[in-house]
Amino acid sequence: MLPGTEDYYRLAPEILAAAFGVLILLAEPFLARERKGWLARAGVFAAAVSLAAVAVPARYPGKAFSGLIVADEFSVYVRLLVYAVALLVMLASYDYLQRDTLPIGEYYALVLFATVGMGVMASANELITVFIGLEISSISTYVLAGYRRDALRSNESAMKYFLLGSFATAFFLYGVAMVYGAVGTTFLDMLRPKIAAPGGLLVTLGLGLMFVGLAFKIAAVPFQVWTPDVYEGAPTPVTALLSTGPKAAAVAVTLRIFFTAFPDLGDAWFQLIYLSAILTMFVGNLAALVQSNVKRLLAYSSIAHVGYILVAFAARSELGIAAILFYLFAYALMKLGAFTIVAHLGGAGERRVAIADYAGLGWQQPAVAFCLSLYLLSLLGLPLTAGFVGKVYLLDAALRSDLVWLAVLAVINTFISAYYYLRVIRMMYFSEPLAEWPPVPVPITVGAVLLVTAAGILYLGIFPSHVMDWAAQAALSLR
Amino acid sequence: MNIGYLLTVITFLPTLAALGLLVMRREDHVWIRRFALTAALAEFALSLLLVPGFSADFPGYQMVERRPWITSPPIAYHLGVDGISLFLVLLTTFLTPLAMLASWKSIEKHVREFFLMLLVLETGMIGVFLALDLFLFFVFWEVMLVPMYFLIGVWGHERRVYAAFKFVLFTMAGSVLMLVAILWLYTLTGTFDLPAIQALLRSGLKPLGETPELLLFGAFFIAFAIKVPLFPLHTWLPDAHVEAPTAGSVILAGILLKMGTYGMLRFCLPLFPQAAKTLAPYIAVLAIIGILYGALVAMVQPDLKKLIAYSSVSHLGFVVLGIFAFNAISIQGAIYQMLNHGVSTGALFLLAGMLYDRRHTHLIGEFGGLATPMPVFSAFFLYICLSSLGLPMLNGFVGEFLILAGTFQTNIAWAAFAAVGVILSALYLLWAYQRAFFGGVTNEKNSALPDATARERVILATLAVVILWMGIASPMFTSRMRASTNHLLQQMEREGPANAAVPRDSSAPRTIVLPTGRAVQLPATGRTGQP
Repeated sequence: MLPGTEDYYRLAPEILAAAFGVLILLAEPFLARERKGWLARAGVFAAAVSLAAVAVPARYPGKAFSGLIVADEFSVYVRLLVYAVALLVMLASYDYLQRDTLPIGEYYALVLFATVGMGVMASANELITVFIGLEISSISTYVLAGYRRDALRSNESAMKYFLLGSFATAFFLYGVAMVYGAVGTTFLDMLRPKIAAPGGLLVTLGLGLMFVGLAFKIAAVPFQVWTPDVYEGAPTPVTALLSTGPKAAAVAVTLRIFFTAFPDLGDAWFQLIYLSAILTMFVGNLAALVQSNVKRLLAYSSIAHVGYILVAFAARSELGIAAILFYLFAYALMKLGAFTIVAHLGGAGERRVAIADYAGLGWQQPAVAFCLSLYLLSLLGLPLTAGFVGKVYLLDAALRSDLVWLAVLAVINTFISAYYYLRVIRMMYFSEPLAEWPPVPVPITVGAVLLVTAAGILYLGIFPSHVMDWAAQAALSLR
Repeated sequence: MNIGYLLTVITFLPTLAALGLLVMRREDHVWIRRFALTAALAEFALSLLLVPGFSADFPGYQMVERRPWITSPPIAYHLGVDGISLFLVLLTTFLTPLAMLASWKSIEKHVREFFLMLLVLETGMIGVFLALDLFLFFVFWEVMLVPMYFLIGVWGHERRVYAAFKFVLFTMAGSVLMLVAILWLYTLTGTFDLPAIQALLRSGLKPLGETPELLLFGAFFIAFAIKVPLFPLHTWLPDAHVEAPTAGSVILAGILLKMGTYGMLRFCLPLFPQAAKTLAPYIAVLAIIGILYGALVAMVQPDLKKLIAYSSVSHLGFVVLGIFAFNAISIQGAIYQMLNHGVSTGALFLLAGMLYDRRHTHLIGEFGGLATPMPVFSAFFLYICLSSLGLPMLNGFVGEFLILAGTFQTNIAWAAFAAVGVILSALYLLWAYQRAFFGGVTNEKNSALPDATARERVILATLAVVILWMGIASPMFTSRMRASTNHLLQQMEREGPANAAVPRDSSAPRTIVLPTGRAVQLPATGRTGQP
């Protein structure tokens, strides 16, 4: 069956973004050095257009390309998220690239390609398609992690990410093969009726391997080890992308696989997730306590947040899925904002990344410090921020599934995290500015990102109803 | 008189003023101070409107405002005032301008931010006292931490960073558990609305069962006990007080500590009466230990602020004891003592701050014979010490008397031990006073200290008048508390089969309603919390 027009509509954002990415790559050699800035503008434009184009699949819900792709509310929600992330990352990157004199064109093309991969992951209805999306996004981000070619750390980051990430995708693919071998199909919605009877060893093994692969991608314990090194070494705007977009897409895929294809899994699976949630929270938070580098601190904090997300996962309910979707949105805003500021303050070569370097920032650059405080307080989960409402939803989902002790452990972790988030705030406000770091003027692109993320955090924190309703709709569309 | 939005206005006027400060020039210290003070005074004037609008005989919440806020889960913006919270709100609006006046000269660094923090803090505190939705309450409760953290950490003394940290971590340790408790209560009852939960629990329609009730009570109680602070959770308090700037200490002692005891009255007692009754003996013992321990430790403090801080531990012990005696008189006394302590201890911290402004030390040993160079100041100091130790005619006496009289009816031993605290408080306050003010001037630096300035006299005279007034005209206050106190005690009696431990049937299929309104059947498998 040949794909019809509507099939293309349902994949419109990805098609547009990929086309723009290719165009940028093609145009790159023909532009003079001082004109390369246009490539960045084109990239931002492409992301904005793709973001707007998410409205198209929302308008034409349904399956596309013989059922490989599905444009349901879930996929629209996640795609909106990843394209918004791409747009903000692109805005935040321009200044960074210029300052470090890094090539512009390839960067924007790669971010676009990575986002295409995430979009495909979010809308895949078939395991091989999931794999393709995973690979598109992973390979682009491997390159991005090593984008500062002459920096040792960046190389290390890319190498590590590539090796471990390849392992993870291999695991995933192996799992897919086993499931296919056992059941004879890779379509998610067709797996469900076939696995209704308790699956055999192959299915269990396959699902286990798939879960390992995905757990790598979302950095859940015990597969989190790569995160701090990769996040630290990658250029900070790339770290912003890594910790938000691909993570959101991987969580989305995991949700879809678990709840669409394997809805009647045994309790043992969720007990594993329960355990992984506890470990992920504790490992992330305890390790973050002793960090002196802001990037590493945020890396460990992102591990901890995966733990919170898994708490709602273990709740195994639609409410839990909705809570996760809401949290992904909130989490993306705060992490993007925080990493943008780290990138902005880092200076050429990222030399200003220790917590101690932020001394007195609150009095030196009040607006930037205010935003960073807001992000950190939101990550901590203080009321009136998106992080708080998100956490309330996660805990609520856990409590409704009678996971009272898991919820208690989650808030104990929140308490632990207060120590390190407040440490950064303390440094910014309770210390005197250092002479070696003069104030850095905020370029308009970075300012725009900060404004959007800060406003978004407050909006979600004070008026969460709309987004939550929408997330709940998306969660319902999974079944 | 149309007072439909009075509570909202009172709650958010300070924040509005804080935003106004943001548009002022950072260097314009004089006008920043004037503007902030004007706003705080206007706030006080507005809050006085609560009194004529308040009907003393009505036991429930008054001037209620209720508007849906978040649809999923259903959270309402729900404010209301009753006899318990009325005067606490007034106390807040009364102490805030005084704290500002006290910081007039002593805050030179980041002036705008300082007053901004004070104003934001005021909103938080008032919100805590007025919120009738558990979620809203928690929002105010937590948000308030931030300005206090900054007040201690930025404008405090030498070990301010440590003290600020300790303050926040202690408070958060309690409040995160309270958050789980609030959410669990929501899961069990389906609402965050305090009156609704109260009615549901009381009617016996949603019996909690013994263990959940104890756990829930514990989670709320620990959060409040840390704030009070109840022995042995008090260790953050001396540090926070000593390191905080004067205004911070005044607000901390005057109002923040009251949020703990207020929370016990508002949540622990009416929501979980059975657990409260079960645990009351233990809590009372802790309170009595706090009374005696606080007093004894206060006695040996070389640092004036630490002395006042430990005296707070002692005084708040009385309040907790009064609450957990479950007696109408003792609870009224407890509420009254909350106000007294706010005014008297606030005043003591203001006095300590004035001394600090002159000598930059809080050590009692550095002073001696201050009555000679500073007669007016010394007179005020003595007067306020007397009020704090409970001299008849002044405010402290009324509260302590009511608490002891009420407790006596419940348990004679409790009252007897607690009464020792009254004697001890006279001992440590007067002894400290004697060392600092009587005799000849022992330290050369003190011989030429200026007496109270006009600004300081205004502050102290205002407090003195209020202290005297509260000592003489206590019925003006207690008559407005009576109905609510009796109502509270009624709430503690369950209508349904008392504490009928109906376990939730975990094997039956359960239905949950998603925020979107869709009901979902959960499978009947016993999915418990243990892996």
